[in-house]
Amino acid sequence: MEGFKTLLYKECLRFWKVGFQTVLSPVLTAVLYLLIFGHVLDGHVEPLPGVAYTSFLVPGLVMMTILQNAFANSSSSLIQSKITGNIVFVLLPPISYREFYAAYVLASIARALLCGLGVLLVSLPFASFPFAEPGWILAFSLVGGAFLGSLGVIAGIWADKFDQLAAFQNFLIMPLTMLSGVFYSIHSLPPFWLGVSHFNPFFFMIDGFRYGFFGASDVSPWMSIGVVSVCFVALALLTLRLLARGYKLRA
Amino acid sequence: MKSVPAIRVSGVTKRFGSLQALGGVDLEIQQGEFFGLLGHNGAGKTTLISSLAGLSRPDGGTLEIMGHDVQRDYRAARLALGVVPQELVFDPFFSVREMLRIQSGYFGIRNNDDWIDELLHHLDLTAKAEANMRMLSGGMKRRALVAQALVHRPPVIVLDEPTAGVDVGLRQGLWQFIRKLNQEGHTIVLTTHYLEEAETLCGRIAMLKAGKVVALDSTANLLQRFARRVLEVTLAAPLSLPPALAARVLKQDGLHFTFGFEAYDEVAGLLAALAAAGGHIHDMNLGKPDLEQVFMGVMNQN
Repeated sequence: MEGFKTLLYKECLRFWKVGFQTVLSPVLTAVLYLLIFGHVLDGHVEPLPGVAYTSFLVPGLVMMTILQNAFANSSSSLIQSKITGNIVFVLLPPISYREFYAAYVLASIARALLCGLGVLLVSLPFASFPFAEPGWILAFSLVGGAFLGSLGVIAGIWADKFDQLAAFQNFLIMPLTMLSGVFYSIHSLPPFWLGVSHFNPFFFMIDGFRYGFFGASDVSPWMSIGVVSVCFVALALLTLRLLARGYKLRA
Repeated sequence: MKSVPAIRVSGVTKRFGSLQALGGVDLEIQQGEFFGLLGHNGAGKTTLISSLAGLSRPDGGTLEIMGHDVQRDYRAARLALGVVPQELVFDPFFSVREMLRIQSGYFGIRNNDDWIDELLHHLDLTAKAEANMRMLSGGMKRRALVAQALVHRPPVIVLDEPTAGVDVGLRQGLWQFIRKLNQEGHTIVLTTHYLEEAETLCGRIAMLKAGKVVALDSTANLLQRFARRVLEVTLAAPLSLPPALAARVLKQDGLHFTFGFEAYDEVAGLLAALAAAGGHIHDMNLGKPDLEQVFMGVMNQN
């Protein structure tokens, strides 16, 4: 257990030491989105009845920040360790692959929640929501963070170069988060894209998370948590299998 | 009763694509030995060490550290092993002390500062304890790697070319420390390209070529068995050697001749024959058998 705890601590210390880059920058980016889109669209669109656009946008941005930073944490830590070679320091000690997995994913969740909380706190003066169901807010941030943290572990282990990781991030993670209903309700989409959105697990994460704030959403939060949990469990099993086999880590 | 060997390698094979990195290696290293693992680049030394450390999975065979299988009983095996990697790797996020504390934690040790201080002292790093790893010179990084491999006081220590890039003074200090560890009972396995280091330090040596052990014996026996004694002579003027002398020439480079012989008694005869043929000696040198000759001999033989 001590090995696991130390690895978790080290992973948290790692991002904390470069907090400008890992926490403050994503918060600033999200707030810029909020200011710009809020300014342009407030009073023009009302994706949820009775909810101002800025207020609708904030939970989406918080969740997007959570997802992107959970992915960024595990993936960038792993690829840096692989490329600099210091990954051996975690492979030589008696740390099991399950402990390895848990430490990287939990550290991802920690950074994700910190960034999400930062976005939420900075946005509070611009928006108002009833925080209808805080339990759902917590549930979706945890499962969403774990899902993306796990995906980050896979990407970090798979990628041999920063370029490949950037491709994973920019061609998969970014479009899936941006097109998941952060900025709009999927009911405003043409029927085809509405249908397509239901195949995007990120949509369910954002929609369920938003439900926690307003008590209203595009689909039932139970359905969303079901989809997201099944996706997470499948991904976790896949990641654990890769780690057990030593894929790309223990040649 | 014989104690458990520090390292036991049985029939280990490993293939990378078409390259046979290890072709059935058997090796047993007893507790307390100072053991040398020699071979050209690509001979399989690092692959063997990686397999011992669990960084690489062999295709066949088994490896044990202090009786613990490195796959099935990996926790106990890894606790018993300290590895100084060949590459100068470090984590740029942390200071030397932070890094050593973290590494201790990975091995399940809390509050390890007394031992960390001792390591830093012996490795001449005390002044750099709070410095970030990035700020260290190459030699210091190398010593920090040694400290890192020793945080959990492993009974078996593997050093993969630990003195590459370390200057002479510090190299001596490092060896003094490693020798002390060996005297305290730690088993040391060393790979190096500095053959004179291996000759002075190692009690027993294995030579690897193309993934196979081609020589395995005590250093003294290897020197005895393989090394030829040589007489190097530089003549003052060109000379055509009589056949009896020409037969003993191992190498000729202009006026510089290298003669081989078996026992020192033969030297007087050699010199007399040379004088009788009208040769004037400008310079002369008697070569003692050294590990480099043994190494070259073994490598060329196999």
